[in-house]
Amino acid sequence: MAAITIEKIEKSFGATPVLRDVSLKIADGEFLTLLGPSGCGKSTLLRILAGLEVQTGGSVAIGERVVDGVRPNWRDVAMVFQSYALYPHMTVQENMAVPLRMRRLSAWQRLPLVGRFRPGTKAVAAEIETEVMRTAKALGIGHLLARKPGQLSGGQRQRVAVGRAMVRQPAVFLMDEPLSNLDAKLRVQMRAEIKELHDRLGVTFVYVTHDQSEAMTMSDRVAVMLDGELLQVAAPQEIYANPDDLRVAEFIGSPKINKLQARVRDGGLAETAGTSFTIPADIALGTDVALGIRPEAFHLVEAGGHNILTGAVRLVEHMGSDLYVHLDVPGTHHPVIARLLAERAPQITFGRTLHLGVKPERLLLFAGDGRRLRPHDHKSASLVKMKERVQ
Amino acid sequence: MRSASSATAEAITSPADRGASQKALRRHQIAEMLAAWSLAGPALLLLIVLFFLPVFAVIAVALTDWQFGASSFTFVGLANFRELLADEVFRASFVNSILYVVIVVPGTIVLGLAIALLIESGKSFRAFYRAIHFLPFMATLTATAIAWEALLHPTIGLVNQTFVSLGLPTANWLRDENTVLPVLAIIGVWQNLGYAMVLFLAGMKSIPQDLYDAADIDGADAFLDRLRTVTLPMLGPVTMFIFIVVALKAFETFDTVQILTQGGPGHASEMLLYTLYRESFQYLRTGYGASVAVVFLFIVVALTLIQARVMDKKVHYQ
Repeated sequence: MAAITIEKIEKSFGATPVLRDVSLKIADGEFLTLLGPSGCGKSTLLRILAGLEVQTGGSVAIGERVVDGVRPNWRDVAMVFQSYALYPHMTVQENMAVPLRMRRLSAWQRLPLVGRFRPGTKAVAAEIETEVMRTAKALGIGHLLARKPGQLSGGQRQRVAVGRAMVRQPAVFLMDEPLSNLDAKLRVQMRAEIKELHDRLGVTFVYVTHDQSEAMTMSDRVAVMLDGELLQVAAPQEIYANPDDLRVAEFIGSPKINKLQARVRDGGLAETAGTSFTIPADIALGTDVALGIRPEAFHLVEAGGHNILTGAVRLVEHMGSDLYVHLDVPGTHHPVIARLLAERAPQITFGRTLHLGVKPERLLLFAGDGRRLRPHDHKSASLVKMKERVQ
Repeated sequence: MRSASSATAEAITSPADRGASQKALRRHQIAEMLAAWSLAGPALLLLIVLFFLPVFAVIAVALTDWQFGASSFTFVGLANFRELLADEVFRASFVNSILYVVIVVPGTIVLGLAIALLIESGKSFRAFYRAIHFLPFMATLTATAIAWEALLHPTIGLVNQTFVSLGLPTANWLRDENTVLPVLAIIGVWQNLGYAMVLFLAGMKSIPQDLYDAADIDGADAFLDRLRTVTLPMLGPVTMFIFIVVALKAFETFDTVQILTQGGPGHASEMLLYTLYRESFQYLRTGYGASVAVVFLFIVVALTLIQARVMDKKVHYQ
């Protein structure tokens, strides 16, 4: 049982900074996902938590204890690797027993041949065997104990890796893209199993992935990382609906959020792509903003006008219950993608002009630097603008 | 030429043409066979001429009493092998060869691994250490043997002079029947060390870092635990390879014996290949020499079979 406190972690490899001022509190028993594209530093952060990598600055505490400089073995964490990292020469049983043998048997007792004659070895070994068996059964790999990793399928190896982590009952589980070597179907199944495991064990999970669907479905909270920075930490729904940063909005959601460059005009309007959208009134005139519109925020309307985008259909993707409609809107660089109900399909054909309405409350407004502009922020944004004008 | 599939298709559509199309199919098969033989042929021919024929010739000669240059010989069956068993010199030579291998192989593997581990654990001068340890393997043994002879000279050699200055007992290393074989074995270890080291280093490079990370997390983070949990098992295939190659090289030892001891003193450093050479080319007893060669061949084949068997099953963890 342990909460994790990450404070002002910095890490660079040589002159290249990988993590910049990352601070994060993970609650006891929470399932937290570090999400980001490859190279964003999420795995490095996980390795720093595990003690496999030493941070350049900042501090990590697990539970009440600051663990900087503490070896991985003494941090009470277990880790599941992307490659599973099973010892290929050992059977499943032996693989799962390693963490227990290393902890409970002395160096003398672990010696081959001689070790078993040391006093107490037998009792401890029997105990270890029982615990390995129990864990293996719980994971449904009890029948594989005598096999070597080379004889197992990807899914089975994954379970063994989880079993090896589980058997020692750690306070924290660290998982580094554990599902990315599995095929799509198995991935969905294992996703559910890991989530169940978390519910059952009730210990803290820190899970690294680049796959947003994994992050959204499994986590209590998602921490979105980009270029070594923590952009936002929030519940999955919050991350999706209420992103703090344009980069978060763009990373989460498929198809991607539509981004329209707009300029603020008189009377709380933002002008873009031959139309205008209602925005909160207190943003200074002439400010450049970005409008983010999720594909499902659009609804079909009969004619063009205010709060409505008009364009020609370029591509229609049928997804079963939904349609992804790509629209060429004059004045935009990329096609606008709208997610509409499939029953609209007969009306939507290539080249046809469509009018898509957006309710003002579904508009996400971002400043030029990508920061989210929320109603209570607007004043500061206009202040910035005024200062610029003064200069 | 028509392809086999089109020929079959025709056969189905028009049964009348069946005879003709079967002919085409047959022609196609023959052409394929010719192509295969012409591609594999040269290699096969070389293998037969350079390997199988000499082996059979040696086995055949081993069954005769032929002497090099003699115009006639008689078939003597296994007489040469019976003589081998009774021959003091051959027995000494066989035992010496085994002893030599028993010292050289583990010595090379243990020291090679130790040096590889040391080089891998340090950060500076890696290339330099690699190079100086690999040098003996690259150098001509004939030349280095002479250098060894100078080092081991009973009075002016560096070894004895060092021993004297340290107050250690000295010996006439290459002329004393108790020391000559161990000394030759040490030279053998020295020579093969670099080879083993380079292979171990390459093997260590291919061990995934994840396994060491997993070992750290699992608590196998002390040097010996890491070695036992990850490094040594993962070096299994490499170690097996080094074991076989060095064993073969050790059985083949000839140059140091020829240059430094000529099998002496007495027969204390007589080894298989040297006996073979002496019987065949100095005493010109080709038939008898061939029977030594057959014994040698037997050892080589046995080692190779062990490699094939053990390597595939035990060390690749499938």
